[in-house]
Amino acid sequence: MRTRSTVAVGKTIKQLMRLRGGGSALPGLVAERIDPDFMRRCLAQLPHGVVLISGTNGKTTTTKMVVELLESQNLKVFTNRTGSNFTRGVTAALLGEVNSRGELDADIAVLELDEAHAVHFVRRVKPTYSLFLNVLRDQLDRFGEIDHTAQLLRKIAEATTDGIVLNRDDPRLGAPAFIKDLTVKSVRTYGVSTKLLQQFPSDEQMRDADAVVVTSHHPTLRDDTSLEAIRDTTAAIQFGSTTHEVTLKLKGIYNIQNAVGAIALVRMIMGKALQVPAMLSSLAAVEPAFGRGETIMVDGTPLELVLVKNPSGFRLSLSSFNPEHTATMVAINDNYADGRDMSWLWDVDFDRLKAGVDVIGGIRAYDMALRLQYDEIEVRHVEVSLPRALREFLAHNTDQAKRIYCTYTAMLQLRRELSKIADVKVVS
Amino acid sequence: MKKTLRILQLYPRDMNIYGDWGNTLTLLRRAEWHGYDVELLDYNPGDVFPDDIDLLVGGGGQDSGQTTIHSDLLTIGDKLKRLADDDVPMLVICGMYQLFGHFFKTKEGAMLTGIGLLDIETYGSAKRLIGNIVTHSDALGDIVGYENHSGLTYLGKAVRPFGQILKGAGNNGEDHTEGAVYRNVIGTYLHGSLLPKNPAVADWLLEQAAKRRYGEFTPTVIEDRFAHEARAIALKRPR
Repeated sequence: MRTRSTVAVGKTIKQLMRLRGGGSALPGLVAERIDPDFMRRCLAQLPHGVVLISGTNGKTTTTKMVVELLESQNLKVFTNRTGSNFTRGVTAALLGEVNSRGELDADIAVLELDEAHAVHFVRRVKPTYSLFLNVLRDQLDRFGEIDHTAQLLRKIAEATTDGIVLNRDDPRLGAPAFIKDLTVKSVRTYGVSTKLLQQFPSDEQMRDADAVVVTSHHPTLRDDTSLEAIRDTTAAIQFGSTTHEVTLKLKGIYNIQNAVGAIALVRMIMGKALQVPAMLSSLAAVEPAFGRGETIMVDGTPLELVLVKNPSGFRLSLSSFNPEHTATMVAINDNYADGRDMSWLWDVDFDRLKAGVDVIGGIRAYDMALRLQYDEIEVRHVEVSLPRALREFLAHNTDQAKRIYCTYTAMLQLRRELSKIADVKVVS
Repeated sequence: MKKTLRILQLYPRDMNIYGDWGNTLTLLRRAEWHGYDVELLDYNPGDVFPDDIDLLVGGGGQDSGQTTIHSDLLTIGDKLKRLADDDVPMLVICGMYQLFGHFFKTKEGAMLTGIGLLDIETYGSAKRLIGNIVTHSDALGDIVGYENHSGLTYLGKAVRPFGQILKGAGNNGEDHTEGAVYRNVIGTYLHGSLLPKNPAVADWLLEQAAKRRYGEFTPTVIEDRFAHEARAIALKRPR
C-alpha cells in the first residue's frame, strides 16, 4: 500500500515538474521524504542486482557504455540517464520507470553516482558490482583532498557483494591497500599497456611527466582486461587470450580507457554467458553522452561541446581534440556543480591552443583569460554573459567548425541556448 | 647584458596540488615582461640545495605530500632561515606555510615539527575552512584568493599578518588575520592561484629580489586588465 501511494505522489510531482520545465530531482526528494525505503525496495527486485559506477572522470559516458553493452546481451537495464547522480536522482528516475505497484521492469540497474553520494547510497543499497574509474583532482573544495576521495570509494568497495572492477593504473585505486581485506567475492582489474600509460599521467605527474617513469601500480589480477594499442579511434583490447579490434565512435583516449573498464565489468557480470561479438559491435556503436564531445550542427557547420571538469580531464581533452581548422571557445563557470575554486585552471597547460582562442565566456571568463595571458595565448573576445559570448562566437565563425570547452553548468546553459537555434537532443 | 633572477621552486613534485604552478608561472612571466631573464630551479627531496637564489616559492600539497618532504625540509631548515635573514623573498602556501612554522599538531595529537622560520603554530581541526577569501594588506591592497585548509594557525610576536580578513576564515577563523610575514617571507593559505590575480604581490616579491641582487628594480607597465576584471568578479562570488 505504501509503495502505491509513494509512486502516485512521486509520479504526480514529476508530471507537474515537467509542465513547469526542469527540476529532475525534486520528485525524488519528496518520495524519499515520505517513503525512505522506496529506492531499496524497488532495486531489491532486480534479478541481476545493482551496478554502481564511480570515479572522478568519465562516469556518464562509461555508464552509457555499460548500459548499451548489457543491452547487447539481452538484458533489460534500468539507469539514471539524466546524469543527476545523487541518490534522489536515482529515486526520481525510478519513479519514471516503475508501474503503480512499484514494480520495475528490468533485469539489472546500472547507476552512476559521484563519490560522496555513492557513500550515502551504499548505506541503503548494497551494490552487487562496482566499477571504479579513477581518483583525480576534482572539486577539492567539496571533498577536501583526493586521498579522502579514495577513502570514499573504498567504502563503496567494502559494501559491494559480488564483484568489483578497478582501474589498476590509478595510483590510489591500484594501491594494494585499496583491496586489502575486502569481503567482496571477486576483484578484477583493467588498464592500459605500459607503452600507452605515458599518455595518462596522474595528478602527481602533471608537472613532472618526464621525470617519473610511469609504471602500472597494481599487480595485474587474474583475468585482466587490457588496452594494448590505439590507432585513431581503433582500439586493440585484450581479454581471455585474444586481442579484439574495435573502432569506436567515441573520441578521446580517456573514452577508450573507460570502454576497457566497461568491457571488464560486463565480462564479470555475464560470466560464461557473455556473447563477445554482440558486446563488441554494440561498443562500436556507442555515441557520446550529451556534452561529452557531442556534435551539434549549427547552420550547417559542426559545433562540438567538450565537458571539462578538472585539470586532468581538461588536459586529456586538449590532447585528444585537434585544434586545427577549428574555432575555439572556452566557457568557465564556478557554480557549486562546477567547483568554486579556480586554481585548477593553473594546473592545465594550454600550449595546444597557441594558435589562439576566439571567445571566452562564463562567470569566470576573466580567470580563464588571465590563465591564457600567462601562457601567452591570444584571446579575441571575453564576455561574462554566456548567451552573448555564444552569439559572438557563432557570428564570428559562420563557416568554420567550432569547439567549446565548457564546465558542467556552462554546458547546460550552452545547450539551452543552442536548442533555440539548432537541433539539440533534449535531456529529460 | 640582461639581468637574471634565479627562482627556486621548493618540492614541485610533492607539493603542487592547488594550482601552485600558477604562482611560479606568474613570477616567471612577469620577471620576463619586466625585462629580466629567469633561471627556474627545482628542489626535490635529496637534491643539492642550490646557492645564490633570488626568490623561493613553495606550494600546498596533500597531507601525504607533506609527509614525503617533511624529513628533507628539516635538513635544509637552517639554510632557509639564513636566506630569510638575508632578506631573500619567499612565498610559501598552505602546507609549506604550516611547515615553515614551529609545528603542526594533528587533531590526533601527533606533532609534526616545522623549521621555525615563521613564528607560528598550527593545530589540526575537524573542520575544513574552504571558500573564496578576501583580505586587506596596508602595503599591497586587497588580496583575493581561495582557502582550503583544516589547520588552524596562530601567530607569534616575531611575525605580522599578511592581511586582515574582509571575507573568509583566514589563519584560524577567530582573530581576523590571514597569513604571516617575516622580513621578505610571506606565508599564506591563499591559493587559487594567489599571484595571477594579485599582481601587486607578485611584483613586490620580484622587486625585493631585484633590489637585493642589483640594487634597483625597473618595472615596466604590464597590461593587467584581465587580472583586474577577474578580481572584481572574485570579490562578488559567494564563499
